[in-house]
Amino acid sequence: MDYTSIFPLMRAELTLTAILVLVFLYDLIAGKRGHRWFSAVTCGLLLVQVAVNLVPGPAGELFGGMFRTVPMDGVVKSVLSIGALIVCLQADRWLQREDTHHKQGEFYILTLSTLLGMYFMISAGHFLMFFIGLELASVPMACLVAFDKYRHHSAEAGAKYILCALFSSGLMLFGISFLYGTTGTLYFDDMAGRLTATPLEIMSLVFFFSGLGFKISLVPFHLWTADAYQGAPTAVTSYLSVVSKASAAFVLFTTLVKVFAPLIEQWQTLLWIVTVLSITVANLFALRQKDLKRFMAFSSISQAGYIMLAVIGGNALGMTSLVFYVLVYMAANLAVFGVLSTVEQHSGGRVSLEDYNGFYRTNPKLAVMMMLALFSLAGIPPFAGFFSKFFVFASAFKAGFYVLVFIALLNTVISLYYYLLIVKAMFITPSDEPIATFRSDVGTRISLAMCMAGVLLLGVVSAVYDGINALSFGL
Amino acid sequence: MIKMEYYLVVSTILMFVGFYGFVTRRNLLAMLISVELILNSVDINFVVFNRFLFPEQLEGFFFTLFAIGVSAAETAVAIAIIINIYRNIRNIEVKNLREMKW
Repeated sequence: MDYTSIFPLMRAELTLTAILVLVFLYDLIAGKRGHRWFSAVTCGLLLVQVAVNLVPGPAGELFGGMFRTVPMDGVVKSVLSIGALIVCLQADRWLQREDTHHKQGEFYILTLSTLLGMYFMISAGHFLMFFIGLELASVPMACLVAFDKYRHHSAEAGAKYILCALFSSGLMLFGISFLYGTTGTLYFDDMAGRLTATPLEIMSLVFFFSGLGFKISLVPFHLWTADAYQGAPTAVTSYLSVVSKASAAFVLFTTLVKVFAPLIEQWQTLLWIVTVLSITVANLFALRQKDLKRFMAFSSISQAGYIMLAVIGGNALGMTSLVFYVLVYMAANLAVFGVLSTVEQHSGGRVSLEDYNGFYRTNPKLAVMMMLALFSLAGIPPFAGFFSKFFVFASAFKAGFYVLVFIALLNTVISLYYYLLIVKAMFITPSDEPIATFRSDVGTRISLAMCMAGVLLLGVVSAVYDGINALSFGL
Repeated sequence: MIKMEYYLVVSTILMFVGFYGFVTRRNLLAMLISVELILNSVDINFVVFNRFLFPEQLEGFFFTLFAIGVSAAETAVAIAIIINIYRNIRNIEVKNLREMKW
């Protein structure tokens, strides 16, 4: 085998593995003084990784078709890396705290290993590779959710997450086993040619879909989401809600289109129901939340429903709008979580909606950033969120799902209402004891600046969308 | 020789026993064991399909080996988290995990 051909194709994976090893070594040799620079070192390395992988690599396959990559995969991997970078920047303040200080290395290593798992999951060409990538993404994630060892909530969330993840991967494997039984292969390409839409295969599709549905937290597989999001440390919650979800959504798209192409009628019906349920149920539950992390959990479930609008068409336009939606959603959601986590760190753990009353008077800059991010999530015109929602709706509309688009449009109105509840609390409602004025740390400020640039510019600068669109041909 | 259907009946029963246990059991360790039953039923499925339908290749066997390894890793993490819960509240009954609801 020609080893020189490996690097260009596996560039993202190899550089990330190198970073993992470097961070691990740094953790070993840095000592007490070096630990202060841990965040800077990791973020610097991740920045290098993003820079190296910015230009998408060539298409090709390795290891007998187990690993296959197209330029679009490269784009998605870069998006995920940027998300991880922003999360690492925001986590710094929390990790410098007395009780988590000595565990910084674990946090970064676990985060990077989940990222590596997502990479392999995205580039898989075989169900074995896919399964290992998925598990590599979800097992360290459970450790991250239960990271605050002495906080009861964190352990409770970790237990709920790992049990649901195990259960869902069990369901998914059950589906895959019957796919193997009916087709006799586990390669994506071969399987697509041999599926004939027998009832057994449709059942396998449903099992497989529910396994991935857990990861993306679609209704009716969403029950772990709110608890895990609320209990996990805030930095982990933001990672869970953006990077993990985005990778699973992309993988769902590619597997449905590549592998399950012969079953397109069945999975479109399935997605139709799940999308409507996700958007509606999550919106209704979000209305009654008092805890902002829980609130963002339901908001992210409904955003996942919107992402599914891009999947349902199964065409190149859907692919473009999915990646664009994920990018924009990442900018807005990470901005919200950045504000939440820095407020939590500076105010002694205040995360409920009432705590934000009068927030604008004490911290005007953070309040405005939060407002812009929420407007983008709700899809108000000049911000990026409007354009991403527009493209997603357009792709579903083009595929002929008029009723679905109409229901989704109605739901944007509801979502606007509850996003504005936070804005109202921050700007209008007075408070006796508002969160005191504080100055956030450098990492958070850099990350918020990056997110704001995304929220304001991504929609207006059409080069981004065109750049993604140019790569989405032939999926 | 025992026919393939018998194995499949066993694995399907195992799957749904695990499913039932996961939904009804109120103890975290019992729930974990139920999930393991589901994963074992999957392993049986892969091996049986490989042995009876596609004996000329080994894909199913390999998948089973990897699935066993990965599920062992998952179980280790899950048990670590359950022990952590036990240290926090001296109990692993699900009804005590009600700090976060709705």
